[in-house]
Amino acid sequence: MGLLNSTLTPLIENLKSKIKNFMNIVVCLKQVPNSGDVKIDPETKTLIREGVESIINPFDCYALEEAVRIKEKLGGTVTAVSMGPPQAETALREAVSLGCDKAVLISDRAFAGSDTLATSYALSEAIKKLGEVDLIICGKQAIDGDTAQVGPGIAVHLNMPQITYVRKIEAIEDGKIRAERMTEEGYDVIEAQLPAILTVVKEINEPRIASLKGKMSAKKADIPTWTAEFIGADTEQLGLDGSPTMVAEVFAPPSREGGKTLEGEPADMVAELVGELKELQVL
Amino acid sequence: MNYFLTEEQEMIKETAREIAQKVIKPAALEYDEKNEFPWDIQKKIADAGLFGVYISEQYGGMVSDDGMGIMNLVIAVEELSKQCGGISLCLAATALGTIPIILFGSKEQKEKYLPPLAAGEKVAAFALTEAGAGSDAGSIQATATKEGDYYILNGTKQWITNGKEAETYTVVAMTDKSRGARGASAFIVEKDTPGFTFGKKEDKMGIRASSTYELVFEDCKVPAENLLGREGQGFMVAMKTFDMSRPGVAAQALGIAAGALDDAVDYSRQRIQFDKPIVANQGLRFLLADMSIKVETSRAIVYAVAKSIDSGDTKCPKESAIAKCYASDMAMEVTTDAVQVLAGYGYMKEYPMEKRMRDAKITQIYEGTNQIQRDVIGHQLVKEAASRR
Repeated sequence: MGLLNSTLTPLIENLKSKIKNFMNIVVCLKQVPNSGDVKIDPETKTLIREGVESIINPFDCYALEEAVRIKEKLGGTVTAVSMGPPQAETALREAVSLGCDKAVLISDRAFAGSDTLATSYALSEAIKKLGEVDLIICGKQAIDGDTAQVGPGIAVHLNMPQITYVRKIEAIEDGKIRAERMTEEGYDVIEAQLPAILTVVKEINEPRIASLKGKMSAKKADIPTWTAEFIGADTEQLGLDGSPTMVAEVFAPPSREGGKTLEGEPADMVAELVGELKELQVL
Repeated sequence: MNYFLTEEQEMIKETAREIAQKVIKPAALEYDEKNEFPWDIQKKIADAGLFGVYISEQYGGMVSDDGMGIMNLVIAVEELSKQCGGISLCLAATALGTIPIILFGSKEQKEKYLPPLAAGEKVAAFALTEAGAGSDAGSIQATATKEGDYYILNGTKQWITNGKEAETYTVVAMTDKSRGARGASAFIVEKDTPGFTFGKKEDKMGIRASSTYELVFEDCKVPAENLLGREGQGFMVAMKTFDMSRPGVAAQALGIAAGALDDAVDYSRQRIQFDKPIVANQGLRFLLADMSIKVETSRAIVYAVAKSIDSGDTKCPKESAIAKCYASDMAMEVTTDAVQVLAGYGYMKEYPMEKRMRDAKITQIYEGTNQIQRDVIGHQLVKEAASRR
């Protein structure tokens, strides 16, 4: 019986993933402080995190919603992955309540002090450990770091094509994905071979509110913590040692002063404004 | 304060609160003005699973074993009502139309009608009131005459909440006028049954996001298997239903009042007059304190009755009447005072407070006027005293 199971299960899994359009999707998410409440400690130049509520990075919520929608439409599974301290588990549990099937936390002292290169390396090793992946979706950037580098970093580490700033997925078929990449002027349509990695912007969807069923699944969910050793990561590429960049300073930029305030009747002000813009050769 | 909610009830509360804040709050004034049923919000409430909180797991709901889920319903309705007592009605009135099926439905009827209602795919309504029969429900004129495999339904129902939007209606009509109070029967009537049409849509003082319609039955053929319970049980179906559903209306009133209080407190901290926030005045704080006393005591009785019903106690008509009567009277007082706290801003339609006062009024009126509630309480007191001797 056991032998049959151990032969059948991998066979079924293999078949499942070969069924057209059954998507194994991974969503990378980060737990961040709720930005509205955040203050910077003027001495250490770091964010003061005590007493500040932790949330799923808002852009990752859009990534999660998109992943769940794809799963609902095409079939598949969604696994959420996060690199963080032990309390990041609550963010992963929330991801389960929002429709994720599974979640994994990678947490280890070895990850401390990681810059975006070390972070994307660690996440890539964890994703490799998950097995076959068809699509990885990330939020475009984290609202605390704001680098937008980790998604692309994972793409390079896993040698996958990347489509960033995705505002809409047009199609997923024949082993390819076609998506609209937002630009300043409009958007580009990019097609990539799967597996691929996307980073998404908030224009892509409206995240759902966690359902009662989702919350109950989240309560029961088993969310394992994977160490650096478990994922087989090279310690030299992790943490401070693996970080070629470092944060030199964090400060609030001085507020913009100056400029010219126009006064008077609206019609006169408009005339004056148009004159100024013409002088600056903007118009 | 610890209200001793179960873990599931905490989830219901959290979910309903999120919907209220993110979805209902920004849209409430618009639906009130347009007098429109909020289908897109109803869908979000349904997707979150809230339509099933009082229905058995067996039919796609949340309630395990043979419990009632009334406390679950109270929590959900209270939270949603904090942001709009009209929008929350799509759930509360559906419960009113569904509870008869839960209490008196046959296995087949439950299997057919409960799952879509639990999923929120369909909405329900309860139809008893007529132009000549409000408090005097016994004098309804609508008739249901048995003819072969059907009952032929004739008559008009007035002021039915969720009218026209609902697909499933529990309708009470006379099957045998000669038997008086034992001459009515309850039926499940589906929308689009030939002979079932709708009259005018009411233009109301409040709860304007709720659809209130006249139902018109002209030789409407209702399948005999849609009879709920037995012939002659119609008024009992209604009374037992009201015993269960009163905490729902009470929760609506409670939510409206609680939302008004929260906003009044917030406002009083921000509004500066005479160089200080108005809440710095003890007189104003006393007013808020009295409002808070009313909200908290309402909450206590509503929760107590709901939990008692869930525990299997079906013999609390007095307490459930007290909960409905008290919570609604308090809601009217609290919302009136809340408008006063906001003063000019409380009176202007641009701000959400005056709507709460308009919404609160109906809770003193429907599902048994507060005068009828007092009648019920009075009778119960006498009954209890008689049985003590």
